[in-house]
Amino acid sequence: MAILIYAESENGKYKKDSFEIASYARVAADKLNTSVTAVSINADDPNELGNYGVDKVLHISNDSLKNFNAVIYADIIKQAFESESSNLAILSSSSNAKYLGSLLSVKINAGYITNVIEIPKEFDPLTVKRNSFTNKAFEYAKINSKNRQLAISKNSHGVIENKTSIQIETFEVTLASSEINVKSTEKASNKVTIADAEIVVSGGRGLKGPENWGMIEELADVLGAATACSKPVSDLGWRPHSEHVGQTGKLVSSNLYIAIGISGAIQHLAGINSSKVKVVINNDPDAPFFKAADYGIVGDAFEVVPKLIEGLKTFKSQNT
Amino acid sequence: MSTKFYPLNIMKILVCISHVPDTTSKINFIENNSKFDEKGVQFVINPNDEFGLTRAMWFKEKQGASVDVINVGLADTEPTLRKALAIGADKAIRINSDPKNGLNVAKQIAHIVSSESYDLVIGGRESIDYNGGMVPGMIAGLINYNFVDKCISLEINNDSITAAREIEGGKEIIESKLPLVVAGQKGLVKESDLRIPNMRGIMMARRKELQVINAIDEDNSTCTVSFEKPKPKEEITLVSSDNVGELINLLHNEAKAI
Ligand SMILES: Cc1cc2nc3c(=O)[nH]c(=O)nc-3n(C[C@H](O)[C@H](O)[C@H](O)COP(=O)(O)OP(=O)(O)OC[C@H]3O[C@@H](n4cnc5c(N)ncnc54)[C@H](O)[C@@H]3O)c2cc1C
Repeated sequence: MAILIYAESENGKYKKDSFEIASYARVAADKLNTSVTAVSINADDPNELGNYGVDKVLHISNDSLKNFNAVIYADIIKQAFESESSNLAILSSSSNAKYLGSLLSVKINAGYITNVIEIPKEFDPLTVKRNSFTNKAFEYAKINSKNRQLAISKNSHGVIENKTSIQIETFEVTLASSEINVKSTEKASNKVTIADAEIVVSGGRGLKGPENWGMIEELADVLGAATACSKPVSDLGWRPHSEHVGQTGKLVSSNLYIAIGISGAIQHLAGINSSKVKVVINNDPDAPFFKAADYGIVGDAFEVVPKLIEGLKTFKSQNT
Repeated sequence: MSTKFYPLNIMKILVCISHVPDTTSKINFIENNSKFDEKGVQFVINPNDEFGLTRAMWFKEKQGASVDVINVGLADTEPTLRKALAIGADKAIRINSDPKNGLNVAKQIAHIVSSESYDLVIGGRESIDYNGGMVPGMIAGLINYNFVDKCISLEINNDSITAAREIEGGKEIIESKLPLVVAGQKGLVKESDLRIPNMRGIMMARRKELQVINAIDEDNSTCTVSFEKPKPKEEITLVSSDNVGELINLLHNEAKAI
């Protein structure tokens, strides 16, 4: 009856999300007096999961699984779920995990709850808090079925170290067939992505034009942050659509979100509300963003941002 | 999977339409926080679904296809379906059920998709109310259709498809075959391609068929216990624009964010 997690890796390295759901599963397992098993595909060092409370790894090493395929991966997790006689599967909220998640829930007949932000309040029946209404409300949802599946929101639990004596088992799987073929992947290789970033620096229409994004990128650089923008900025073609955040764009759940020249419209805020710390820089003290942020500077971005970059450079040189 | 041939002129498309509160709506709850308060709320086609519907119209006009729209909901969702008809869908289907969870919606729709042999089902990445993000994938899983999540472009040539899926920091180009389910979002078409129904469309929509079908056995694997609104935010800490050092200090020592 172990809790089963899918520990996702990319090019052999675990994603941070995997450590977060391992930490989450550990807390849940302690409450249920059970253990945590991870299913892991083509990871270089499964032992790493032992730092975050995983008891056992079903390790799969198979060249034909090099490319992610939602159908085939979901089927493998199903095989692991059955071989562990598990009744609780835990996934992250990465693109791949969400892709395979809905397929998996059907395969294992599990009631499925996404956007989970806390450890279940109860386990019988499982009742858990999740984000709903695009971060404008929370919902307590209940699973009535025997098998259960949760997808945990990024950064909602955090990564917690917890050393276990881990056991690695080679897991033999059969591969399902799939008509989905990945032809190519286009990925900006050296850029921090909005989904993976701890810090996001975001610019709005207040920055006047694409030529003024140099300072946004420099600020992001100093902080190791991803860059983002408001919807009109991407609609105007100042920035790529992949940077559009908000209700109709990407959702951000970073540790720190810095909004520069963004008014704070309700649709924008909906997409960034689950970020932990919000900072606004805007020259209009009445901008709605000041009601939503934790820290703010009322001022002209073109003066404040360069000063902030200088200050941060000094700070970084003293603190690393 | 079947190897049926799909001549383009009869490609049958079904677009799933979620009926959601407009993005500016105030979110409140009633009946002991167990139900969304619909009072004064304007309902719209879920934005992610609207991108899908618009792409479906493109297939209809440029390649030849029929486009039906479907919603699992009670009679109050019909104006939203009429709007989809006014945008150009041929026929609307409402499955009469108060949707309790994503799987129930998926089961109802999957049943129609397989009995009516739709070739392409377009849903949205997620609905902006419950944000389950699971219905399209579950439909595909239930009836063994191919599936592309977070779909940001879709081309169809006979029964071969090329799609792009958004991933962290980029995209993946996928080749597959009909029958297919996609979970669409912005990118499937451009924002500027979205259509506002015109008078003629609205008039025609009144005469189009809106079929009401009874639900098949309802799924109860998950349900809502209650809702909760976020706590009011604490006051913001303002820092003078002459003293950005203080902001850095606060972010480091107080917020522990840098
Ligand atoms: C259905 C729907 C969905 C939407 N979805 C989204 C979404 O997902 N994401 C999104 O972002 N928006 C969305 N919007 C749009 C949203 O309503 C706002 O229009 C948008 O967020 C405004 O973007 P902005 O803050 O960059 O621009 P503006 O509202 O124009 O604000 C610019 C801000 O910059 C400030 N400013 C100007 N000059 C300076 C300066 N020199 N220094 C500092 N500050 C300055 C101004 O005071 C102002 O507050 C949606 C709207 C609708 C109707």
